[in-house]
Amino acid sequence: MTEQAPRLRLEGISKQFGVVQANDAITLDVQPGEIMCLLGENGAGKSTLMNILYGLVRPDAGEIFLDGSVATIRSPHQAIELGIGMVHQHFMLVPTLTVAENVILATRPLFSLRKLGEAVIRDRGRIERQVEEVAQRYGLRIDAAARVSALSVGEQQRVEIVKALYRGVNLLILDEPTAVLTPQETSELFKTLKQFTAAGLSIILITHKLHEVMAISDRVTVLRDGKVVGRRVTRQTDTHELAELMVGRDVRLTVEKRAAQPGAPALVVEDLTVHGIHGRRLLDHLSLQVAAGEILGVAGVDGNGQRELALAITGILQPDGGAITVEDKALAGATPRQIADAGVRHIPEDRQQMGLILDFSVADNFVLKQFDRLPFTRRGLLQPSAILAYAQRLIGAFDVRTPSPALPVANLSGGNQQKVVLGREIDSNPRVLVAAQPTRGLDVGATEYVHKALLAQRDAGAAILLISTELEEVLALSDRIVVIFEGRVVGEVTGNRANTQKIGLMMAGAHIQEDNNR
Amino acid sequence: MEWLIGLQALLQATVRMAAPLTFTAVGETYGERAGVINIGLEGLMLIGAVTAYAVAFASGNVWLGVLAAGVAAAIFGVLFGVVTITLGANQIVAGAALNLIGLGLSSFIYRAFFGSVTDRAIQPLATVEIPLLNQIPVVGPVLFEQNLLVYAALLLTPLAALVLNRTMLGLALRSVGEHPKATATAGLSVIGLRYAAVAFGGMMAGIGGAYLSVAYANQFVENMVAGRGFIALAIVVFGRWSPLGALWASLLFGFTFALQLRLQAQNIPIAYQFLQILPYVATIVAMILLRGQSAQPKALGVPYTERT
Repeated sequence: MTEQAPRLRLEGISKQFGVVQANDAITLDVQPGEIMCLLGENGAGKSTLMNILYGLVRPDAGEIFLDGSVATIRSPHQAIELGIGMVHQHFMLVPTLTVAENVILATRPLFSLRKLGEAVIRDRGRIERQVEEVAQRYGLRIDAAARVSALSVGEQQRVEIVKALYRGVNLLILDEPTAVLTPQETSELFKTLKQFTAAGLSIILITHKLHEVMAISDRVTVLRDGKVVGRRVTRQTDTHELAELMVGRDVRLTVEKRAAQPGAPALVVEDLTVHGIHGRRLLDHLSLQVAAGEILGVAGVDGNGQRELALAITGILQPDGGAITVEDKALAGATPRQIADAGVRHIPEDRQQMGLILDFSVADNFVLKQFDRLPFTRRGLLQPSAILAYAQRLIGAFDVRTPSPALPVANLSGGNQQKVVLGREIDSNPRVLVAAQPTRGLDVGATEYVHKALLAQRDAGAAILLISTELEEVLALSDRIVVIFEGRVVGEVTGNRANTQKIGLMMAGAHIQEDNNR
Repeated sequence: MEWLIGLQALLQATVRMAAPLTFTAVGETYGERAGVINIGLEGLMLIGAVTAYAVAFASGNVWLGVLAAGVAAAIFGVLFGVVTITLGANQIVAGAALNLIGLGLSSFIYRAFFGSVTDRAIQPLATVEIPLLNQIPVVGPVLFEQNLLVYAALLLTPLAALVLNRTMLGLALRSVGEHPKATATAGLSVIGLRYAAVAFGGMMAGIGGAYLSVAYANQFVENMVAGRGFIALAIVVFGRWSPLGALWASLLFGFTFALQLRLQAQNIPIAYQFLQILPYVATIVAMILLRGQSAQPKALGVPYTERT
């Protein structure tokens, strides 16, 4: 058998942004019909490398070979012409347009007098059928006439993939494609990708999730600090080795925790009800209790009321019914400020939207909830020295990597941003901590840090409500787990890995009560 | 039958007054759909008005004037693009500057070249009657006894709607105003599309201004646009960012202009200053009624940078 030229070969790709060496002499290849995982933590240089390949960023040095011949890629237009397709982590779809319009965008000349017919969209129905046919050829179902804004996240991702297929792609790049998918959608996606490779397509999958690498890829290339630190054939490696390569040190993938010492109930939620628009119940008479010194995990598929639960408890959303009691104080209907003063702290699910003011400095973000109190304000004037001193203490205590407390928090990595939120919320020894998706988008190291911090708070006597769509995380940290489905608690189990199957069923809506009479 | 003749005259004036608004608003609709808001329409219309007048006066050809007005205003539209698209300056501030430049420059050019001219009138744009169709009662004279620029405005609008909604170019323009990055990753030039849109918008505003000097007043008067550029901005919103919507909204505002002229002519006992404010009051009322409309392009007014 003769050696076939790889579909893609990158040789010595380097790129520097300011003082940061984002890519440092990266060499890798992808064979026809294989799935290659590009594994690395946030900031390892994966996205830069793929943006170079897609013509969005120009490399400082290095060469790109496609099917054996040198290629210069100066724009996405050229990348598309060369058969490269990319599914971005944040979808590149125009929500006001239909699926078909998104797919055909820029696939024909915008204006040409000689080919005027091509620039005109005459028969929408025919184009929609063509788009659906392309999708069907690869086993994807989409409604080409639907408006993108009306689609679920999973469906939007399918549109992105069809967009690439319609353009005749032979190398498909997917950037963290499972970050927004349910477990079911993820396995569906993986099945589809396998079909693509059977048809000869090459796929680069960017991820930092180890079990995905093991599940789907043929080979792995591991990036760290802009360099390739390892190449493995997936069959000949394991998650432990990959984690070590990715992080650069020995990592424990399991969380070590002592048995909980639960005390009196600290947070009691009874019959909490929140109506959405059209009278739908987002929370439907939901009840739960969290004792001091325990972590109650809330598992469930995204969009089943998790968001509303966190917002209602912290007072940001006014409940339409029910009671919230914190250490015997009734708090339903109280303002967020009163609730915070009662000892309830909140790690919001979207730290960039709700947890931080990105343009404010690290120091100012640390005092967001108490800037108007002593010692940060005296006689109505802010005290910069007190704020700075406090910020410096928290930067040290929570290991926030920042050159200065005056730096806008937007310039920090996701992990360090979350440490700022964490520091602000737990430094004052909360009674109740509502942690919503506390590790979303964080790398292994930062995730480990957040998990340790939550367990430390538990051991210090805080009642912690952990809301997460990452089942692994809920299982690893929780002492008890409730499953939420359509705004109701449908079951409760102890935090034990043996219950995974049961929890999975309940996440899909099945009612199971754990047999407590063992 | 006298009221019918009155109504006919009123509607005929409505269409006549709507035409400059239609040109300008349809052009601005394109710009805004592409994500660039140009509040400098007033200035562009003034540049168009003075250019058309000067060229028509010098050459004796009104159409040469209209052409020159479109080109001149398109050049200023491109300059606006350099500042806002390439340099990423605030579009509102740049638009405000364009208004001041337009006002100052048009007055300056007029005084410099025509300050000492005594006979400043130009040959007015002729009314062209469309045979047979103009025999239809009321509708005939209203729609088919107008000058060629009015016909151009009426025909151009559906064409503009067709291009926006049913061509690859229109699809690209609609995309770039909603989600420029998606447009860029699909392989299109955000910058190029936006330049094309502001150049077209400038050209249309220039023709709108030209209409006022060569088809309506037959001369140039300082600040003769009198707020129509701002009304055109309101028309874009009122028409929900669609060319046909802009046409209907233009007719509505054209009606208020025609009505106040008619009422002035009737010698009704209201001070004419109060009648003159009618179109502007209508604009404010329209904007209040339309608050919270969500058809606005998502990326309107947001400069695009290629940073990823």
